[in-house]
Amino acid sequence: MIPRHLLIGVAALLLLVVSMGIYLRHMRRQAREFDSLAADEFPVAPPASGPTETVTLYVADDGAGALRARYAKIPLPGGRQQRAEELLRALLRIYQQPGAPHPLAPAADIRSIFLVDPGAAVIDLNAAFADQHRSGVLSEQLTVNSLVETLAVNVPGIQRVNILVEGKTRETLAGHADLTETFDVTTIVQAGSR
Amino acid sequence: MRWTSMPQFSVPSSQLPVPRFRLRTENWELRTRVLAILSAIITLLTPLPSALPYAQPSADARRISVYSPVATYSLPVLERAGHEYVGLLELLEPLGRVSSQSAGRRWKLRYNAVDAEFAAGRTRAMIRGRDFDLTAPFLIENSRGLVPINSLGTLLPRFLGTPVNFHESARRLFVGDVGIQASFRLEASNPPRLLLNFSAPVNPTISTEPGKLRMVFRRDPVVSPGSESISFDSNVIRQASYSENNGDAELDITANQPLMASFSNDRRTIVISAVPQTPAAPSVAESPIASSPNPSSPNTGSSNPSSSNPGSENNGSENNAPKNPAQPPPAANTASSNSETNANSNFHRILAVVDPAHGGDERGAALTDSLAEKDVTLGFARLLRHELQIRGFAVAMLRDGDSTLTLDQRAAAANVARAGIYITLHADSEGSGARVYTALLPVEGPSNGAFHPWNAAQAPALPVSRIVSAAILAEMTKREFPVRASSASLRPLNNVSMPAVAVELAPGTDGIADLTSANYQQRAAAAIADAVASVRDRLMVQQ
Repeated sequence: MIPRHLLIGVAALLLLVVSMGIYLRHMRRQAREFDSLAADEFPVAPPASGPTETVTLYVADDGAGALRARYAKIPLPGGRQQRAEELLRALLRIYQQPGAPHPLAPAADIRSIFLVDPGAAVIDLNAAFADQHRSGVLSEQLTVNSLVETLAVNVPGIQRVNILVEGKTRETLAGHADLTETFDVTTIVQAGSR
Repeated sequence: MRWTSMPQFSVPSSQLPVPRFRLRTENWELRTRVLAILSAIITLLTPLPSALPYAQPSADARRISVYSPVATYSLPVLERAGHEYVGLLELLEPLGRVSSQSAGRRWKLRYNAVDAEFAAGRTRAMIRGRDFDLTAPFLIENSRGLVPINSLGTLLPRFLGTPVNFHESARRLFVGDVGIQASFRLEASNPPRLLLNFSAPVNPTISTEPGKLRMVFRRDPVVSPGSESISFDSNVIRQASYSENNGDAELDITANQPLMASFSNDRRTIVISAVPQTPAAPSVAESPIASSPNPSSPNTGSSNPSSSNPGSENNGSENNAPKNPAQPPPAANTASSNSETNANSNFHRILAVVDPAHGGDERGAALTDSLAEKDVTLGFARLLRHELQIRGFAVAMLRDGDSTLTLDQRAAAANVARAGIYITLHADSEGSGARVYTALLPVEGPSNGAFHPWNAAQAPALPVSRIVSAAILAEMTKREFPVRASSASLRPLNNVSMPAVAVELAPGTDGIADLTSANYQQRAAAAIADAVASVRDRLMVQQ
């Protein structure tokens, strides 16, 4: 015959084990959520202020091997340069979403854009943009075309575009697309339409 | 071509005799001006002692070449009283820590932990505390110690502690076991090819003259293959002879036809073959390979009247095409019968340059964890070469091994060969089928007469390039091979002056395995070759 107090003690211990297990599971779930938040490498940029405008973003589609026009409403600041930067950051956000048709690295970012009169723009990408870009003629060319066309269509007056990486000229984006030359907007648009 | 820099000698300005006098003027402005003028004069005069007697030797100047595991370099040889001398400090400097001290007629030298003492005008020296006899008196000139070069074979081991092999008549000094061995193998192909295999990568200067191809090894410690002259049982390539002179080794290949050379096996193999006799492109025979990566480089001009390429980066084209244009190509598995008809009816052989993209250190895209783009493009290029050859094209591949070529070198090689068409091959793990690209030309200024900017050299040929691209698109579509055509800013497409396309091969229905499938690559290569053959007349007009 098992003493009554021993039964109560064992039952209490079992209850404690079960409740500890539940608590442990809850803690693990919390830790996992925290890790996924920490791994989110989206660039932290101050939100743009200004009136919301509808813009045309030329989004690359690797499957179709072409650019697709997509309309988006984004807040755009007044200055041409800030406007250009916000445009391309909006484009980048599309590429950085899960399941994007033309994925880019989460850490990819536009460092700055310089608008040089008359009609020249210089896009300065960060190192992660180029270093983590997928290597391939089509993929790299679509990225270049997407940046150039989006900029040219939404910021009037841009005729030529140069692309730098971390402020320096880089031979290729990821082994194929030549970044040493100045891109002619008309040629890029014509090539896209062809 | 990579060259190690020639040592430059200079005397520190502190050692120059500076006239000592005192400025007595009280005028501060005048004093400053005089000091500035004096400083300028001293600055101008400082390099003179080093520049005048020890200037970089010309091609005819006597020199000694030193090959060691740590450095390869040449030094000027001075003649004094009928003996040849070299500066001992300069000779040892690239090999270790060295310092010297001159006091009157005595000259002390320390190399690493070895002390030596020489006396001007005396043949007896003291090295490591022991006597050493030079073959001619030691000389001191401008604080430099000069030793007779025919003493180097016994003198240097005292300092270096390693054996030294000195080819005295040719003035080539080998420190340790650095010699590069050469071997010859004649392949009885048509045309015959001579394979020169070296035990280490080499980088000779190659020049051609009627009946001879000359390779001069100035920076490579190539040693005699055993015999000074080797004869071959061939009607084309007759003989190879080895000689050494003035610090250089030289290999001459004698033939009864113009020869061309190309590198493979990471520059360990030089393939010598007869230049295909193409009446439409006579320059192929003269300079088959790129002479300079940059057409604006002064190196493109040849100082040798026999069409030599001094300083050339001969990473050029290997040509396995049958040389006789009158002979129809072997009709193996020709996919298109009208292609054969075209090949036979045209007298000219059009040279197609096939460029497997990437290579060597430049791996291209990582298609899988173990598969690099450079390997896929090479295999694909070999199949395309075969397909083009059986359709009557002479084909030159810019690399037929895992060698590194810059984009400029690739473009220069194609331009110098005056090819009829340039096809560069890429591979991608994403998408399906193939993509054909023509050049997306950058913004450039207008052309100046017959000259085009390097970055827009493709401009005149771009319309024909688009015709070729359209032909490939049509041919692949006809064969139900998924294909897409567009423009890309992909070098060196915009640097080549002939019709040029890039083809990027992507997986088919079997996924990434297709990229290494010979059957899949064969289908694509046959379609490309048929398309190129179908626009042969356009290429000839362009050429």
